[in-house]
Amino acid sequence: MSFINYSSREINCKIVYYGPGLCGKTTNLQYIYNKTSPDAKGKMISLATETERTLFFDFLPLSLGEIRGFKTRFHLYTVPGQVFYDASRKLILKGVDGVVFVADSQIERVEANLESVENLRTNLSEQGYDLDRIPYVVQYNKRDLPNAATVDELRKLLNPKAVPEFEATATTGVGVFDTLKAVAKLVLQELRKGADAGASPISSPPRRGPVT
Amino acid sequence: MVMYEAEYEQIKKVCDRLVREANSKVVFLVDKNGQLIASAGDVGHLDTTSLASLTAGNIAATGGIAKLINEKEFSQIFHEGERDNLHISIIGQRVILVVIFDQRSSLGLVRLRVRKASEELNTIFSSIAAKAEQPGASPFAEITDDDIDSLFSG
Repeated sequence: MSFINYSSREINCKIVYYGPGLCGKTTNLQYIYNKTSPDAKGKMISLATETERTLFFDFLPLSLGEIRGFKTRFHLYTVPGQVFYDASRKLILKGVDGVVFVADSQIERVEANLESVENLRTNLSEQGYDLDRIPYVVQYNKRDLPNAATVDELRKLLNPKAVPEFEATATTGVGVFDTLKAVAKLVLQELRKGADAGASPISSPPRRGPVT
Repeated sequence: MVMYEAEYEQIKKVCDRLVREANSKVVFLVDKNGQLIASAGDVGHLDTTSLASLTAGNIAATGGIAKLINEKEFSQIFHEGERDNLHISIIGQRVILVVIFDQRSSLGLVRLRVRKASEELNTIFSSIAAKAEQPGASPFAEITDDDIDSLFSG
């Protein structure tokens, strides 16, 4: 749920990178962190295991500039992809404004992608969100690998609603910023839509769709 | 959540007073989604954005544990360090109040002062919630695609 602060003239939004284990969620954030000027970013925090697998979340605060005199900040989070961290994934989705699904393009990961996208839908609906209504983009990552499935195949399975989609190679940065820009735009457009409907009180129970 | 200037000033006043009365170093308020709402005290050297995000993660994880053992929530958490200690409490199930203090204060004093401040903050947040229920002018009703595009032109 976005946080609009009239006093400091700031708006903060939360974007979550979701996807199966080792699909490249953390790599997306690391690339963004490395390529963003120091004045536009905060510290990147990774709560990871000793083997560099995400244990709870990665967090990267980003400043995008001003809209109508309001500083626009995005807080990027990743979830732990491994199946058994489901409890943690649910917690991180709380208050989300936009979601990036990072798919692993490798043929052998098709099932893991499907399982993860279903898990995303379930966990969002537990928080009162509908995946078909929130700002949502899909990234087909690891396009550089020889065993990558075709985008047509991946689209049929993972993006039947034809949300904005991007081919990416997060290790080299291909598609990383395009994905981020697309989801950030959708979040801001949603904010505009929600502006007329009045803002959501912080104490309200989860609603269908993020009303901001 | 929408924070207006009048309420922000009230919140800031309560936080500033809590720093003084609890003999603490820093006080900050975070919403449950990890956004920093206000801070007071000696925050110059602190990365408050990261602190806010991690505190919310901590509370979310603790809340998850509470549910697993059939507790509603753990409304107060205390972390003891070698020099600095952290007292975390949940106000009205919506925001998180964090007090950082050292040996110049004590857990008892902090808890006492936090209790009073919590009541005041709860009242303020109730009024923010009530305000948010009413439709009002938002700066974002007017934004255009060009405004949004201009953010990404750099």
